Amino acid sequence: MQRYLIIRTAQALVALWVVTVVSFGLTRVSGDPLDTFLPEEATQEQIDRMRARWGLDKPLVVQYGVFLGNAFKGDLGDSLKYPGSKAADIVIERMPPTLQLAGIAMAIALVIAVPIGVLSAIKKDSVFDYVGKTLALAGQSIPSFWLGIVLMWFFAVHLDLLPTSGKGGVKHFILPAITLGWFQTAAIMRLVRSAMLETQDGEYVKLARIKGLSEWKVVWKHCFRNAAIPPLTYFGILLANTLTGSLTTEVVFNWPGTGQLAFTAVLYRDTQLIQAIVLVFASMFIFLTLLVDVLYAYLDPRIRYD
Amino acid sequence: MATEITSATGVGVRQSNGVLGGVLTVAAEARRLPLIPIIVLLVVLIIPAIFADVIAPHDPVKSPLGLTGRLQPPVWSEGGSSTHILGSDKVGRDVLSRIIHGSRVSMQISLVGIGIGGFIGVILGLIAGYYGGRVDQLIMRVVDVSLSIPTVLLALSLAVALGPGLDTIVIVVAALLWAVYCRQVRGETLVMKERDFIARARAAGCSDARIIFRHLLPNIVNTLIVLATLQLGLIILLEASLSFLGVGLSPPTPAWGLMVAEGRELIITAWWVAMFPGIAIMLTVLSFNLLGDWLRDRLDPMLRHI
Repeated sequence: MQRYLIIRTAQALVALWVVTVVSFGLTRVSGDPLDTFLPEEATQEQIDRMRARWGLDKPLVVQYGVFLGNAFKGDLGDSLKYPGSKAADIVIERMPPTLQLAGIAMAIALVIAVPIGVLSAIKKDSVFDYVGKTLALAGQSIPSFWLGIVLMWFFAVHLDLLPTSGKGGVKHFILPAITLGWFQTAAIMRLVRSAMLETQDGEYVKLARIKGLSEWKVVWKHCFRNAAIPPLTYFGILLANTLTGSLTTEVVFNWPGTGQLAFTAVLYRDTQLIQAIVLVFASMFIFLTLLVDVLYAYLDPRIRYD
Repeated sequence: MATEITSATGVGVRQSNGVLGGVLTVAAEARRLPLIPIIVLLVVLIIPAIFADVIAPHDPVKSPLGLTGRLQPPVWSEGGSSTHILGSDKVGRDVLSRIIHGSRVSMQISLVGIGIGGFIGVILGLIAGYYGGRVDQLIMRVVDVSLSIPTVLLALSLAVALGPGLDTIVIVVAALLWAVYCRQVRGETLVMKERDFIARARAAGCSDARIIFRHLLPNIVNTLIVLATLQLGLIILLEASLSFLGVGLSPPTPAWGLMVAEGRELIITAWWVAMFPGIAIMLTVLSFNLLGDWLRDRLDPMLRHI
């Protein structure tokens, strides 16, 4: 257990480090950072002065060290698109709408996927199974951004039932949450179905049936509790995918979250802001997957490194 | 293997696996081919990709009628004309022609991306699995780290750093894929190298390179085919999402994701601009998934979990 914890944490830290290198490299590869700050008619002396002020005259390794030190203090540089604002502050300010949307999308996905997944496993080859399989396949094949546009066209433009975009009341959540939860629903359903199929053959399940327990108890207490463990490992990844998936969904529905922010940042080539978004999101992603893996290792003692 | 064929008189005829047997097996397999996905792929992706210049009714980046022909609805709608069967976009370009040319872009990216990523992954996976020890440890740690970095974010930063374009997307795809191949190939190599025929090859004095490429590699080809087919769909989705976000291909390239993005703002007035390229993406990805599932069941039942 300890060995697993240590290796897994070390791995997460290395991943985080790679992300910092990539996002640092990002601001350097995309051209001299000074080009974006200084007007074209700047004299050599002015350029040199700026270079010294920003520490750009030092070797790249030193620059990277400074960047890392600042990042630890929560300083990810200034935004170019929104002058006078710290990139990290903007990202954090835009986080709540994204988290709300992701949370609701995940909730919808779970509520739909778990019952269908369970039903399609215990009634294999029935109508439920057919519906489940079709949904799972569709979930993997339909691009969510396109689905969002189609839903918007049908429900908001055509039927005029729901608002097209923006954030407001409960109604504003419906279409974006379905769009964002779409892929996760399919993924969870597949996982639950295959895990349920496996546990159903277990000896303890047969015993529970022989004991004369009701079918409901056998399915939910004996099968599902065991079947829930494998999908749980994917939960971190799913949650993280929902966060990154929010990028396209937010753009489609003009949702005022970080995804929309990333789109704007790319549009304006605001490398500092993109760097901050990538760092914050990647840290969350890596932390979430680590957390779930560790939790899982506690729940299932068979999980060990190698 | 001999096949038993029952003749009309009910007398069993043993038939050895000669040329005829081979032909019969192939014919029997062909009858079970998933025809629908294959036909859809041929119609939507492969034939248009190869013969785009011949099939497309118009130039994908020019407007045949100038700006007067802009935003024409599809031929079956009111006001539609046969000039633009699937309608025209906001500058009067033919939607159908752009979809046909877009298939070429999707094909290029997925094939080249899988080629490069798969090549690197397979080589490293074979080396890790065959040699084991420190080399294996090192390669697998890099794989673990690489898999724990959020894909869309990595893609986003790379695309911004390198600038949008075909090369960037191919690099992004390869950077995402190699680790998946590496892990799978390593796992299979570990099992395979314990088998007798490898020990015999070694006893016969084969060099490591010969054992790896002549004896191990041909035995994992099935896995590679299944993996590649399933991933073709994912990559087309990824490319479409990146182009949609403005970090993939840049206008006026006829790329499906880009076309959906262009149609997003027009959804209220001209639904067809976003609708048809999205359907093309969906059909292609769906077919690849169906085909991949079928291949997996046929070629490699051990791969059920992916």
